[in-house]
Amino acid sequence: MPTITINNQKIEAKEGQTILEVAKDHHIDIPTLCHFPDLDVQSDCRICMSEIVGQKKLAPSCSTPVKEGMEIKTNSQRVYNARKTITELLLSNHDTNCTACERNMNCELQTLADTLGIDENRFDNILEHEPIDDNNPSITRNADRCIKCGRCIEVCKNVQGIHVLDYMNRSHDTKVAPAHGKFLNDQVCTYCGQCANVCPVASITEKSDLEKVTHAIHDETKHVIVQTAPATRVSLGETLGMDSGSIVTGQMVAALRRVGFDKVFDTDFTADLTIMEEGHELLSRVKEGGKLPMITSCCPGWVNYAEQKNPDMLDHLSTAKSPQQMFGALAKTYYAEKENIDPNNVYVVSIMPCTAKKFEASREEMQVHKETADVDAVLTTRELGKMIKRAGVNFKNIGEESYDAPFGITSGAGAIFGATGGVMEAALRTVSEVVNEKPLEKLDFEDVRGMEGIKEASVTLGENTFKVAVAHTLSNAQKVLDDIKAGVSPYAFIEVMACPGGCIGGGGQPYTTTNAKRQERIDAIYNVDTAMKLRKSHENPAVNTLYEEYLSEPLSKRAHDLLHTHYKRR
Amino acid sequence: MEQKLLTKHIPGMDPMNVQAYLDVEGYQSFLKALKTRPLDIIGDIEQSKLRGRGGAAFPVHMKMMSMAKQKETTRYIICNADEGEPGNFKDRYLMENNPHQLLEGMLIAAYATRANKGYIYIRGEFDTPIKIMQEAIKQAKAHGMLGTNIQGSGFDFDLEIRSGAGSYVCGEEFALIESIEGKSGRTRVKPPFPTDVGLFGKPTLINNVETFSNLPWILSMGGETFASIGTESSTGTKLVSVSGNVKHPGVYEVPFGVPIRDVIDTLGGGTQNAQKIGMVQLSGASGPIIPEYMLDLTIDFDRFEDFDSKTGAGAIIVMDDQKDMFDILKRISDFFDHESCGKCTPCREGNVHMSKLLNKFLQSDATEKDLMNLESLSRVMHQTSLCGLGQSAPTAVLSTLKYFRDTYFDRIEHPQEGGRA
Repeated sequence: MPTITINNQKIEAKEGQTILEVAKDHHIDIPTLCHFPDLDVQSDCRICMSEIVGQKKLAPSCSTPVKEGMEIKTNSQRVYNARKTITELLLSNHDTNCTACERNMNCELQTLADTLGIDENRFDNILEHEPIDDNNPSITRNADRCIKCGRCIEVCKNVQGIHVLDYMNRSHDTKVAPAHGKFLNDQVCTYCGQCANVCPVASITEKSDLEKVTHAIHDETKHVIVQTAPATRVSLGETLGMDSGSIVTGQMVAALRRVGFDKVFDTDFTADLTIMEEGHELLSRVKEGGKLPMITSCCPGWVNYAEQKNPDMLDHLSTAKSPQQMFGALAKTYYAEKENIDPNNVYVVSIMPCTAKKFEASREEMQVHKETADVDAVLTTRELGKMIKRAGVNFKNIGEESYDAPFGITSGAGAIFGATGGVMEAALRTVSEVVNEKPLEKLDFEDVRGMEGIKEASVTLGENTFKVAVAHTLSNAQKVLDDIKAGVSPYAFIEVMACPGGCIGGGGQPYTTTNAKRQERIDAIYNVDTAMKLRKSHENPAVNTLYEEYLSEPLSKRAHDLLHTHYKRR
Repeated sequence: MEQKLLTKHIPGMDPMNVQAYLDVEGYQSFLKALKTRPLDIIGDIEQSKLRGRGGAAFPVHMKMMSMAKQKETTRYIICNADEGEPGNFKDRYLMENNPHQLLEGMLIAAYATRANKGYIYIRGEFDTPIKIMQEAIKQAKAHGMLGTNIQGSGFDFDLEIRSGAGSYVCGEEFALIESIEGKSGRTRVKPPFPTDVGLFGKPTLINNVETFSNLPWILSMGGETFASIGTESSTGTKLVSVSGNVKHPGVYEVPFGVPIRDVIDTLGGGTQNAQKIGMVQLSGASGPIIPEYMLDLTIDFDRFEDFDSKTGAGAIIVMDDQKDMFDILKRISDFFDHESCGKCTPCREGNVHMSKLLNKFLQSDATEKDLMNLESLSRVMHQTSLCGLGQSAPTAVLSTLKYFRDTYFDRIEHPQEGGRA
């Protein structure tokens, strides 16, 4: 246990800790930019420099282990000068038109400049303008704002195993870009958006649909309805100044009404429906000797990855559409018919924790009618936060309200779709009871919960016991796929989510989603589940009514036409 | 004044013929090493007090000891032959003229640290050294000095040549390692150091050509005798690349402790037309620039600590008093702006601004504020950059701010007169 001093305060550090870790444990703030919890230390930005008394050079706090007797200063004049100079240098090669930036007032570089009191940059701005990369539906990449911290490269390469982004050129011409300086849509980008989530500035963001949606809301001819994904209710609060893991379902519904949506529905409803279709598809594959293991297909980042990198695996994917797209298909058919509105005038907006959902909504396979997309616009959790602020809604103090019928009646099984393992657990609740024809003694499948990269469980259906697995992050998905390809996969059913932690850790979630925050959101979502009376998809009365009135039964002809899709090599 | 060890056998030696090296007792030190306990070899090197000739002057035995202690059995030896520092050409000289001496040094180091695979990373532009080293490896193999079960000792060692695509930063050890791994030349964060986690994640001993070339001599004369050459803190000889305005530019081998002035006057023959020396840059583009009155400084690692440039006088670049200091500084700065790998902020973004500020001086357009900014930027780059490149890029500016400060003020106050150093 090394004893050190930081800013004249004597501290017992733990063996092997870096200066930054010790400082954090003792509530001493050291600014960082390239450093991000859960990612490898880069030590690139040099903002966290500290002074070690007796050493000529300054030391990066993020990568310097403390040693017995070290005397550290984190706020000396030398340290301050260094941080200030480095920040000025970053700003000198950065688009500093802050008021024209999506992350104005929510930017790590801007905050740093403010903290360090940079009122005038001593260095000329040398930025050379680069074209904006936004010819895809999901992600906007603005190189003019990039500070080359490398977080996006790390997350794309090491967490997702894709490596679309890397450094290009050198010296002050250094860029972070897809290979050969091309655009994201030329590459095997899955649009998972993890890069956007870790970006400290607004160099990578979602491609915003905020203006489009606002326009639709104010268009009198449109009946604008909205669906909210499971994960948004435990994360939206963070964008509006609340703690991570705050459950804000009722407030979100109320705020969406104040913003001007005509009806507020819940994607949890179609999550329950997904379980009905996907669960029965699994049973039919097992019974009829179909392709196993079956793999979930509700995550659009994962579907993109499968289509791009593993096209030989596509017949393992469930044909069931994602809850977002099932909602869209029903909104423009069943709902439009029921409400007697021209489907072309029904405008469907979804609130998603996800950037890839924007791409999913734009797929032509996802279009029931020729003239109109099933889902017209997708907003991320972050965009909704902005929309609520812009509309002058006092979110923290707004009263809770309930979703509209019929797509507002939901179960806890639908809610847990938001966490890794949730789709699997929801499916197991339903499939077990349907096959075994008796109620489960325990609804909680603890084995498939939590942040472990690949989890497994077994379930007994009738006389057979099946093994199932849950993988999150695309590098873990690839491991599971490699086993299938090698013929050694023991599983019948696999859930895959592209983002770490599942949708609660999605690319459209509030900025700076660390694993610690992911866990808080996961805890919250299971609390939502346990607080509900209905906790099994097949017991959702509105789902059952839908089958009675419209779809007749799972996997029916109409269900196939509206709720199932196909995949292709991309 | 010269004392020849590493260059002793070069006159008249055919570098393309291993027999020429064997004739001067070549490979005898390695054969002796094969009969010695590895730790005793490291002990001998410790006694010799040999320090790395690549720039950081790190005691060689400490790196070797750190390697020898690793649990991991796959270990690598790398010879850094990416001599890209402007003004340095002594490693090229050693490779072109005595390639087997280098191979023998690497073999000794590999045996002492139980590494079985080595790489010589030769600067991409060095066509001739690459060819000569390739031939040397071939002939060493044919003579049973490389390969499996060398000389029946049970020791295996294989050697490969790799080269970069001309990037200066690949002379930095981690950028070099990345380059061998097939990645672009960008440094890594330390710790871990290469002897812990180096090439392909394995313990790696990396030293430069001159350092390895010393090992056969240490083994043949014994560490203690070697330590008697040179000075207390800097033992042995130093190969010095002398260039610029001198009558006889070239590579000279002198014992540590010789004054720089003597090297310039006696070996270099003084300036060409007896012009007055204005500035001398030591160790290369990344080294300090000193005035004429400091030339009695001796070549010694520790004497150079003041400049945070331990390279000592690996290079001596002589400039007469007619040169515009800001022209020199601007060129140096442009060089680093071109060669920065772009990984860390101060080096990536700093060099371009240093060059812009120096250009203001060059164009007689600078103010006192520019001077303050230049000084502050240089200090921050020096103190905060991730690797040696960024840390030493401002050395020329920082040293001239110290020894030629008046030249800066002259240029600010009397722009019309120009500012000769």
